[in-house]
Amino acid sequence: MAHAEAAAKFNENEAKVNWHDKALWFVRQKRDKQAHKIQGWEQLRDYASALKANVLSNLDNYLVQFEENAKKNGVTVHWAANAEEHNKIVHSILQKHNAKKIVKSKSMLTEECHLNPFLEANDIEVIDTDLGERIVQLAQEPPSHIVLPAIHKTKEEVDELFQEHLGTKPSGGNPEYLTREARKHLRNKFLQADAAITGVNFAVADTGGFVVCTNEGNADMGAHLAKVHIACMGMEKLIPQEKHLGIFLRLLARSATGQPITTYSSYFNKPEEGKEMHIVIVDNGRTEQLSREDFRRSLHCIRCGACMNTCPIYRRSGGHSYDATIPGPIGSILSPGKDLTKHSSLPFASTLCGSCSDVCPVKINIHEQLYKWRQIIVKDVPQPFVKKNIMKAVGSILAKPKTYDFVGKSTRFMLKNTPKSLINSKINTWGHARDLPEVKGDNFEEWYKKKTEK
Amino acid sequence: MKVGLFIPCYINQLYPQVGIASLELLEKLGVDVEYPLGQTCCGQPLGNSGYEDDSKGTCQLFVENFKNYDYIVGPSGSCVYHVKKHFDILEQTEDVKRVRENTYELCQFIYQVLGKTDLGASFPHKVGIHKSCHGLRGLRLGSCSERMDPHFSTEENLLKEVKGLELKTLNRADECCGFGGTFSVFEEAISVKMGKDRIQDHIDSDVEVITGADHSCLMHLEGLINRNKQPLKVMHIAEILNSSI
Ligand code: SF4
Repeated sequence: MAHAEAAAKFNENEAKVNWHDKALWFVRQKRDKQAHKIQGWEQLRDYASALKANVLSNLDNYLVQFEENAKKNGVTVHWAANAEEHNKIVHSILQKHNAKKIVKSKSMLTEECHLNPFLEANDIEVIDTDLGERIVQLAQEPPSHIVLPAIHKTKEEVDELFQEHLGTKPSGGNPEYLTREARKHLRNKFLQADAAITGVNFAVADTGGFVVCTNEGNADMGAHLAKVHIACMGMEKLIPQEKHLGIFLRLLARSATGQPITTYSSYFNKPEEGKEMHIVIVDNGRTEQLSREDFRRSLHCIRCGACMNTCPIYRRSGGHSYDATIPGPIGSILSPGKDLTKHSSLPFASTLCGSCSDVCPVKINIHEQLYKWRQIIVKDVPQPFVKKNIMKAVGSILAKPKTYDFVGKSTRFMLKNTPKSLINSKINTWGHARDLPEVKGDNFEEWYKKKTEK
Repeated sequence: MKVGLFIPCYINQLYPQVGIASLELLEKLGVDVEYPLGQTCCGQPLGNSGYEDDSKGTCQLFVENFKNYDYIVGPSGSCVYHVKKHFDILEQTEDVKRVRENTYELCQFIYQVLGKTDLGASFPHKVGIHKSCHGLRGLRLGSCSERMDPHFSTEENLLKEVKGLELKTLNRADECCGFGGTFSVFEEAISVKMGKDRIQDHIDSDVEVITGADHSCLMHLEGLINRNKQPLKVMHIAEILNSSI
């Protein structure tokens, strides 16, 4: 379904839209307060953006350096060209250890690769341990936000879900009760797990270590309890040196949730004794995106979600309306690179207001890339015959003052003389909920001519 | 200094009073201003819809019309932004480069180029500014709430000097109104919802008149206000700056 239709559907329940909008705006305001508190925020964004640009220009070298250092630390490094290879690699590691019960902390990459259904089809139980992720997992839905996966669900909805799946008592959506129950449920899963899967927020080239950020400590809990730790990372997650973490960690938490620092920022370097640590480095379309000059900067993304929280369209249409693993503004410039036809409506799901670009901690020019994708889409994806020809016609009318003058006059004549009932009918999308401007007298050019002739 | 007045297509056809106010305002300020006849549009509706290739003729016409002026001034932030930002589809001749460089939004021209704030206007009403995104984040007519820059606003600077005018503070200082050109048609549901929310913020903030430097946003808001019979008036900032009692 195209974004506009899904968004219209989401908007049928206006109270819920208002609630969703306010919840995300609240996070955006928290972010503003935190960003104001550190001096040189804009400077930090410049640094982060420059560092990411450096990483992307030297990605081959940094990847090799990272692999070397990780191996020295006793970590096994795997390379996956695409989602399928990634899933197979993860599965083979699990098979080697005869692992049947897996705990997984939040990772958008494994979502992107559809790892859960793949493992489940191979008789492996995967439990998402981030609370929000667990909620959407129980509801059999994809996350609707990359940092707040269940932000589209009210606490009452979570209450019902837990009653059904975890056997909790009706609590009217009492958050403390529900969190406590979730913790009990997850504790058992942690204790029974054969292996832990985590994402990677930052991989450090000069140490071979990597950092995972969570607010619930669930990545650590999984990784420390289980015998095997598999970390899955997109290949753009690298940063050159350990000292650069200071920049990125400061930006990430503030942009994501408006916290000064993520509650748990865990730095993994090597496996504990008697245990195994694996890293799977995934391409899955990233090299291709890197080759598109206009769009390569989209790979700066550190997945903070700030562009979603600030996006006035996302806030009012919900993450699911984007029908993509990464929704919102950043998703709208990443997704067309993967499947132009399927995601062709996404670059149009924006007013090009530019708020996303200004909020982005790594300064991705998101709204400019949306504009660029639009030019590509109308060429490469079949457009409705009428739309295409109307645009051509408009183009040639506007290029010729005389025709333009004639069309302008007729439009104004029509606006003046067509009955309101017809103008405001369903056929006219503008007039469905809005009045058209009232047209009186001369247009400006006619007025000006009369004035100067006098 | 010779100034060419750029009146965007929709203002020419639907809101001539905005064009008139802009012209009168510039004349009052002693500017040697002229409206080149035969202008049409800046090409933005095509570009934003993905058809910038079909807009080349329109953009070229714009350059032809305005290439002989020292400054080109128009009362519409988004159109000015389009000229400055997206005319790279044309061959970058000297004319094209000069036109892009010297095109200004009206308030920006008055404030930055003429260096004036007090225009001698009076307008005794409670006013809220809709800071249109293309002007704000595109032309940087003011600081925006996402960035940690010191606060400033070109529109505020001008409106603060208007006698009797009471400037109201909004809950969301610079949220988009949801117009977005063809977005308002293809994403009707969201566009309407965003506009409604924007209007509500002004009502909650005790505003009588919504103003701004981009009449396309105001057209969208006015359409909703009139349909829902809300107690608000919409006026382009040129009309306020040009008014006296
Ligand atoms: S694009 Fe920028 S704001 Fe959006 S998630 Fe990525 S880093 Fe955050």
